[in-house]
Formats: sequence, C-alpha cells, structure tokens
Amino acid sequence: MSAETSSSSAISDVEGVSLYDVDHPAPVIEPPRKRTGKTPKGSRTNFEMYAWLFMRLSGIVLVVLVIGHLLIQLVLDGGVSKIGFAFVAGRWASPFWQVWDLAMLWLAMLHGANGLRTVINDYAERDNTRFWLKMLLYTATVFTVLLGTLVIFTFDPNIR
Amino acid sequence: MPAGTLYRGREGMWSWVAHRVTGVLIFFFLFVHVLDTALVRVSPEAYDEVVATYKTPLVALLEYGLVAAILFHALNGLRIVAVDFWAKGPRHQKTMLWTVLGIWIVLMVGALYPVLGHAVREVFGS
Repeated sequence: MSAETSSSSAISDVEGVSLYDVDHPAPVIEPPRKRTGKTPKGSRTNFEMYAWLFMRLSGIVLVVLVIGHLLIQLVLDGGVSKIGFAFVAGRWASPFWQVWDLAMLWLAMLHGANGLRTVINDYAERDNTRFWLKMLLYTATVFTVLLGTLVIFTFDPNIR
Repeated sequence: MPAGTLYRGREGMWSWVAHRVTGVLIFFFLFVHVLDTALVRVSPEAYDEVVATYKTPLVALLEYGLVAAILFHALNGLRIVAVDFWAKGPRHQKTMLWTVLGIWIVLMVGALYPVLGHAVREVFGS
C-alpha cells in the first residue's frame, strides 16, 4: 500500500513526498481520551454510558407504569375522590399492584435521581457545591426508596 | 447585549429545556408523594386526612399541572428515544416534536373533566 501511495496518492501530490513508508512508520498519536493508569478512578468505567442507556430503558417502562397509575388514581372510577386508606388496602391486597408500585417507585426514583445528578453537574460550578448537592440528592434518594419499599412490603390493612 | 450574540435555539433546544424543567418538577413531587403514601403505615386517619388535601380545588389544579408535566415528559422522552435509536430519528425530530405537542394537547383536553370536574362542581356548586 505504501509503495503505491508514495508515488500516486492525492496526499503526495498536495503535500510533496511522504516522509513515512513501511520502514519509517509515522509516529503513533495517542487517542486523547485513552484510559491509562493515570486516568481518574471515576472515568475508568462506562458508568455514564450505562446511565444514558438506563434513562432510555427505564423511561420506556415508566411511560406505561406512570400513565397506568394516573389513569387508575385520577381518571377511572371517580378520579381522586375515591382514594383513601380503603382504596390503597384493596389495591395492595394483590401482588400484581404491589409489584407495579414497587417497580414504579424504584425506576422513577433512580431515573429522577440520575436526571437531577445531570442537572447539578451542569449548573453547580463550584466543586464543593456540586459535591454537597449530590450528597444531599443521594441521601434523599436512598431514604425515599427504602421508605417506600418498606411501606409496600409491611403494609397492614388491619393496622387499626 | 449586542444583537444576534445570544444563542436562541429552536425546537430542539426548547424541548430540551422543557424536558429538564418538567423532569425536576416531577422528581420533587415524587418525594412528597412517597412521604404522603408512607402515612398508610401510621394510621388510616392520618392517610385519609392528607389525601383530603389532594381533593381540594386548588390542589386539583396543581394535579392538572402535574399531569401536564408528566405527559409532556413521557411523550418527549419517547421522542428522545426515537432520535437516539431510530436511524431516521434525527431527521424527523421537529416533526416528532409537533406530533408530541399535538398528542399532548389532545390528552390534556381529555384530562380536563376527569381531573378538574370534581373541583369545578365544588367551587360552582351543583
């Protein structure tokens, strides 16, 4: 290949005789974002790609879960007027709706937390501010997910 | 500010802005909503008392706003998925945005009576 290109390629015509051939290869330029031993720990994985993928996949599932939830809670059978302890007890008597609500809780909280993480990264310019805002976000997220999960699993229709 | 130096994006940028704003609003509501639902572990009375506020006309209006935010975020989210995964998605992104807004308006009109009907009856009697 180099034998041909050195004499007749467009590059040679424009830039004169090539300095490189098979015996004198061009120096290798390191890809600017190649991962090395010096790469910070945070960027050695594909975390951001998986987060991006998770937003799309969880989003599609959430469209079904959340719009179904809105139909049941706000539209069908009298809308919001029917909601009360008895209504919740009736729904959570079925494992189907327990799983529905559990999936919705986890996916929505993780989807929302990752979205807000992106927003914080975009607008909080000072390192300290960014760090503490994200710590606050993660704390609130873990607390809310655990609380919601506990409520679904330990629900007692005969609490009184 | 010199004229013409401020970047004003078109459909793509404004849908991105609206997606962010609705996303943050929905996330904050979600916190409150998990907390109010957690009251079913306290007592039926505590839960019913808080849910009663959800049935007032003012909060019904907020619920209509929440539905508006969720429906836009959901439909525009599907558009984003199409832009990212469908080979012709980027070429049709504007058409898809107007489609999203069209469906959104239809759904919002459909949600008027179910979500706000009881509030209207309460405010104006009957």
